[in-house]
Amino acid sequence: MAKVIHVLGDDISTDHIYPGRFMATVLPVETPQFCFADMTELNADLKAKKFPAGSFLVGGSNFGCGSSREQAASTINGYGIIVVARSFARIFLQNAVNLGLPLVICPRIEASDGDELTLKGDVLVNETTGKSFEIVPLPKLRQAIMDSGGLIAYTRDRLKSQLASK
Amino acid sequence: MSMTLSEKILAKASGLASAKAGDVVEPKVDLAMSHENAALVLHQFKTIYEGLDIPARVWDPSRIAIIFDHRIPAESSKTATNQKRVRDFVADQGITKFHDIRGDQGGICHQILPEHGYVRPGYVVVGTDSHTTTHGALGSFAFGIGATEMASVWALGCALNIEVPKTIKVVVDGTLSPFVSAKDVILRLIGLIKADGANYRALEFHGSTIRGMSTSSRLVLCNMAVEAGATVGIVPPDAETARYLREEAKVTDPLWTETPDEGAEYERVVTIDANSLAPQVSCPHTVDNVKPVTEIAGKPVDQIVIGSCTNGRLDDLAAAARVLKTKKVSQRTRMLVFPASWKIYKEAMERGYLKDLMEAGAVVMNPGCGCCLGVHQGALGDGEVALSTTNRNFKGRMGNPTAEVFLCSPEVAAASALRGVITDPREI
Repeated sequence: MAKVIHVLGDDISTDHIYPGRFMATVLPVETPQFCFADMTELNADLKAKKFPAGSFLVGGSNFGCGSSREQAASTINGYGIIVVARSFARIFLQNAVNLGLPLVICPRIEASDGDELTLKGDVLVNETTGKSFEIVPLPKLRQAIMDSGGLIAYTRDRLKSQLASK
Repeated sequence: MSMTLSEKILAKASGLASAKAGDVVEPKVDLAMSHENAALVLHQFKTIYEGLDIPARVWDPSRIAIIFDHRIPAESSKTATNQKRVRDFVADQGITKFHDIRGDQGGICHQILPEHGYVRPGYVVVGTDSHTTTHGALGSFAFGIGATEMASVWALGCALNIEVPKTIKVVVDGTLSPFVSAKDVILRLIGLIKADGANYRALEFHGSTIRGMSTSSRLVLCNMAVEAGATVGIVPPDAETARYLREEAKVTDPLWTETPDEGAEYERVVTIDANSLAPQVSCPHTVDNVKPVTEIAGKPVDQIVIGSCTNGRLDDLAAAARVLKTKKVSQRTRMLVFPASWKIYKEAMERGYLKDLMEAGAVVMNPGCGCCLGVHQGALGDGEVALSTTNRNFKGRMGNPTAEVFLCSPEVAAASALRGVITDPREI
């Protein structure tokens, strides 16, 4: 069980998550400082480590729309937060999988700031309201990338097996 | 089996006789494009090889394109250092399709790729930029990916786990009225199907209006396909595609000429009547908040921008120059022009478009992306309003979260420059 740190609306773009003016900062260890930089309260709370790892950030539909900037995934990943949304934009979802940022696709999620959520198999339970919501699993191959720790490890394994077969 | 164009390209690239929506494939990549974010790609690329007994060499240096465009010339020492790292990597790996900060060959990546004939019909193109969809205008399957995925492509030469998308057929028939252009078609489409209307889908463009469009206009359509969430926007290659590649891009190789099959399966068909289409404006803060210009006309504008990978081509500058020649940009606003490449800049200079625009009061900037995403020049003040031919209007997009960005065609932008308020160009 963990708390919802914030509930966001639909179409949260990569410009909301990681504003373009910080894009010269690229390394995953450096990007977390600019997470939701223009939402100053949320940014300050994140930087003050107010939320334990495993806390939930809840979005609406089309979360992560817009740019392909990977900083949008690495910046959230730096806080160990789980993103729940009704749907995710394609490139953001793929970037999250590639970096091992945990995502939950939950088309009917209803939650408010401070609610307690628990992941139980294929449902997400809102302990505060008592309601349960179905989760859409990641496609198998994306899950395989996630399970191997991300695309770097997955590609490294691929190169190893190519080498072994030569 | 009947296939859409996307299915055909992905089958070919994956060594399969056929592919259908929902299949997961590993297509070989024909072209892999990055810009300044190659700095992150090369960091991830080197990380892949840590602890491996193989040298970190890219799979094919002739199939990698790197174009500096987002922050040129560098706006900070941090950017300049990133660019330096990329330059060293390019030299070390022998990457040939590299476009540095140069007036003889530089520009915005989504103009450089078509302009130099790097994209061909039937290609699989990946780019670390969401607007890589642009290149579907030449009949390629072109999509945006993140930096780590690009590092994997540099290592393996293929894209892993690509789901063959379902296709939405977009049929545009009729003749566009004067002062109505490709930008209005794509804004109308995004307004109709919404920002996630094509998420995980391909948009395949058909109809007499599309057939009659120049490649330059088709690039506008496909550029903004991603604003409806599409994986790709694609125009079946035809005589115009061949003309562009032969005459403008100087391509001499044989061209792939496949088109979608008659019985191909489409998830849905969306039709747009070009005859009745009015100029469109996308209002803050989502691209799908689209209205006819008549509904928003009269709104005061602080900054007008013409340019970008969407509308910074020669015909866009010509359209703006036609409206502004011998006239003046209103004192109530300011106008910035960013040609999409130096080649376009030079041609616009030779044809007198830049002179017309400058004499009207516009500031002509160097080709680049900076202003569109608020990273380099042209930032907005608190509460200011911009009207721009670029492709995104998210909160904070032009560098200021309290500002508003409206999106439109070059025709609407130029007409609005005359009055300092959003203006229907058909009234000028």
